Amino acid sequence: MAERQRLRTRGPGRFVTRAIVTAYLFLLVAWPLWLVAQNTFADGFDNLRGILDDPDVVHALQLTVVVAVVAVVINTVFGVGISILIVRYRFPGRRLLNALLDVPLSVSPIVVGLALVLVYGGRSGWFGPGLEDAGLQVIFATPGIILATTFVALPLVIREVVPVLEEIGTEQEQAAQSLGATAAQTFRRITLPAIRWGVTYGVVLSLARSLGEFGAVKVVSGNVLGETRTATLVVEEKYLNFDQGGAYATAFLLALVAVACIVVVSIIRPKEEPR
Amino acid sequence: MSIEITGVTKRFGDFVALEDVSVSIPSGQLTALLGPSGGGKSTLLRIIAGLEYADAGTVGIEGLDATHLPARKRGVGFVFQHYAAFKHLSVRRNIAFGLEIRKRPKDEIRHRVDELLALVHLEQFAERLPAQLSGGQRQRMALARALAVEPKVLLLDEPFGALDAKVRKELREWLRRLHDEVHVTTVFVTHDQEEALEVADEIVVINEGRVEQIGSPDQLYDEPANDFVMRFLGPVTQLGDLLVRPHDVTLTTGADDPDAVAGRVARVVRVGFEVRVEVSTGEQVVLATMTRTEFLRLGVDAGTTVSVRVVPGAPVVPVSGSSVRSGLEVPAR
Ligand SMILES: Nc1ncnc2c1ncn2[C@@H]1O[C@H](COP(=O)(O)OP(=O)(O)OP(=O)(O)O)[C@@H](O)[C@H]1O
Ligand SMILES: [Mg+2]
Repeated sequence: MAERQRLRTRGPGRFVTRAIVTAYLFLLVAWPLWLVAQNTFADGFDNLRGILDDPDVVHALQLTVVVAVVAVVINTVFGVGISILIVRYRFPGRRLLNALLDVPLSVSPIVVGLALVLVYGGRSGWFGPGLEDAGLQVIFATPGIILATTFVALPLVIREVVPVLEEIGTEQEQAAQSLGATAAQTFRRITLPAIRWGVTYGVVLSLARSLGEFGAVKVVSGNVLGETRTATLVVEEKYLNFDQGGAYATAFLLALVAVACIVVVSIIRPKEEPR
Repeated sequence: MSIEITGVTKRFGDFVALEDVSVSIPSGQLTALLGPSGGGKSTLLRIIAGLEYADAGTVGIEGLDATHLPARKRGVGFVFQHYAAFKHLSVRRNIAFGLEIRKRPKDEIRHRVDELLALVHLEQFAERLPAQLSGGQRQRMALARALAVEPKVLLLDEPFGALDAKVRKELREWLRRLHDEVHVTTVFVTHDQEEALEVADEIVVINEGRVEQIGSPDQLYDEPANDFVMRFLGPVTQLGDLLVRPHDVTLTTGADDPDAVAGRVARVVRVGFEVRVEVSTGEQVVLATMTRTEFLRLGVDAGTTVSVRVVPGAPVVPVSGSSVRSGLEVPAR
């Protein structure tokens, strides 16, 4: 794989570069995260035990997990579908769609939240009153939180899968078809195995992002204790109420899960497999 | 007739890749689609396979109208130039793919795959992944994979194009023998006229989206329909307004022949067993090739005056368009 070949520089330049990169990552990522962990365990396991004994916090953690899992499932299914659409088909508006997919990454989550309220809001939104009449409350309820989370993490699977699809090309799929496979069989037996690592990585990134979403969720959830308060909102709440130990402990749990996902994938991903 | 193509036209945007192409491909034979790069050979093959659809015209396969049939229902095996191996499946699973899709019993699949592995000499590589095979082995695997489902026709797009000259030659001889064993109607694309002449029963010459000529290798070589076919199938030289093969040009000294053209030997080049003599007739340079023995018997050298003529009965084709081209040409490869 040509692109994997590295420039081999010798001498002090190499060490200086390494030192700068390491220091940069340490100061920006590792050190702050470490401090969160340190604060969490400042009194041994008291902080962790404290939040895990609080039924409202446990509910918030459960809600966060449910929301993240549902959002990831939605984003994976649609993400893979949209990726195939973008890479394999030529249609008018394709470039526009492609550009639109980056909007969730570039727009501030709080704007996303407000926009969703405008559309689905129970009193004045476009769809909101109609949906509410039909018995489905979106805003200030779990569906709204899922919607907001899904929106924010939307491009992550697509951005991982599209390059892989482009790289594998269409010949294997055509070969499968000429051997008698239907579109569904071709997808399951040929396309999916070929893009599996892209999908896995996209899922992990989406999961990490969904667990940690704050801004959009804050706007649409209503932040009702024990009902629509998610883990990130708990962190804010506790922090503002000077329960720093609880805030750090919750934050630590969130970070732990996200980091664990990424570490696990980096370890199990086979080395020779290109992204 | 096994494959009937009538009036097929294919456009990509404004570009006409195939224009009103009609070809009948006989059953049980090995047919070559021969032509220069960009001529539309792959496009035609892909239309037969259903991987591409024609804008106009019809495709019939074994008496069935296949014009609008999807690829998976056509019963054709397709071998891609770059193999299109299923990278995540072992050689065995690659070959078994079509049978697994058809939900054949496990025992039957294993038996059939073993047979095919033996046919393409890949028995000891059955459990390897395609990435662990050489190019020639991958190509044989792709061929076995296509044959596994017992296709009515087998289509190969430049099957040996990506291989080095030696392997290429071995594989095409092997393909010919395989075809004599299996007897499935086979169409293969090539831009190498030697490959087509050596292997095929029938050759379809395609250039710029049109069929130039259809015939057996002998017909094409001996009775080329036009100067394109003449030039494409082998070396040519020009004498007067006629294109002729350099080995059909004879040189004589002294005797004056009413049909012959007088000239002077300009250059003599010996390449192995062959001697190439360039004769200048004033406005043209004519190339004559002969064996070393013939050359020694003739006893000429640079500067000698000779008479140049075409062997009676040899294939000649009038030059179309401008006749002021150089007399020295070798076919494009
Ligand atoms: N999908 C496509 N879109 C646009 N143009 C195409 C497409 N496929 C083929 N063409 C054009 O059609 C023409 C014929 O292509 P084709 O692949 O059939 O040529 P070929 O005879 O197989 O050539 P080669 O020997 O180089 O493979 C070429 O000029 C090519 O640029
Ligand atoms: Mg081609």
